[in-house]
Amino acid sequence: MKIGVVTFPGSLDDVDAARAVRLAGGEAVALWHADADLRGVDAVVLPGGFSYGDYLRCGAIARFAPVMTEIIAGARRGVPVLGICNGFQVLCEAHLLPGALVRNAHRRFVCLDQRLRVDNAATSWTTDYVEGDEITVVLKNGEGGFVADGETLDRLEGEGQVVVRYLGDNPNGSLRDIAGITNEVGNVVGLMPHPEHCVDDLCGPGTDGLGFFTSVLGVLAAR
Amino acid sequence: MTRVVVDVMLKPEILDPQGKAVHGALPRLGFDGITDVRQGKRFELEVAGELTEERLAQVRSLAETLLSNPVIEDFSVHVALAGPGSGRSDA
Repeated sequence: MKIGVVTFPGSLDDVDAARAVRLAGGEAVALWHADADLRGVDAVVLPGGFSYGDYLRCGAIARFAPVMTEIIAGARRGVPVLGICNGFQVLCEAHLLPGALVRNAHRRFVCLDQRLRVDNAATSWTTDYVEGDEITVVLKNGEGGFVADGETLDRLEGEGQVVVRYLGDNPNGSLRDIAGITNEVGNVVGLMPHPEHCVDDLCGPGTDGLGFFTSVLGVLAAR
Repeated sequence: MTRVVVDVMLKPEILDPQGKAVHGALPRLGFDGITDVRQGKRFELEVAGELTEERLAQVRSLAETLLSNPVIEDFSVHVALAGPGSGRSDA
């Protein structure tokens, strides 16, 4: 199975995301932001970083990159798409996911091993977890506060579209402790924590993030 | 050439940590009587040729799709009058 990992100018975590794909047993395919070609991949990861220097708004310029036209069309056809941190911001800017990410309420950059609870284990990226699982995943962001209007938040919670929630102290002011969400059909997932940094015991708090990548490979194999 | 200005502000209900930080610095500088600060963005667009209603509609569309995120921000568009020390008029 081929999983594309997009590199925008300013992406930081594309190499880690590609490595996570390989450790999970998939083939990582590098996708370039300026190419309107998805090179036949079965799924796409939008990695973390600071695309276009976070100019204008985080993800606002990346959202109009040539590669995004195909990704948006693919996402609407059911192609699994995972947005991590800056990738989550890009998905919100592209309106593939509701809401937006704003500057952390306490104004500080956070970088920590964050406890999360998996609230939806049925998305294309979370089937290898069990609902209620508590996992530890690296969180590092300056603009990670998830906001949406009350009606949207109620709908996300009511329809089970909250994928992961922060446990313990809320690290960035995200409304209702939301760390990650999915679209109505579950193929598009965005989250602020970085599962790609948690795939190897040697350099991270554990391997709790690997499940995101093994999940999608399992989902694709079953299609 | 006409200058069109787009002002973008966070919606009132969205927390503005940058504005809060600026507000927090005011007492240290001896300013009082300012109860809140909100920080926004100003874009100045130089529009070629005559500013038609159609061009203005394009600017509004640009403001809505790229310059602002309607989920968290409001915007306003106005035409800046030419010349130094010029005023402004609503568009």
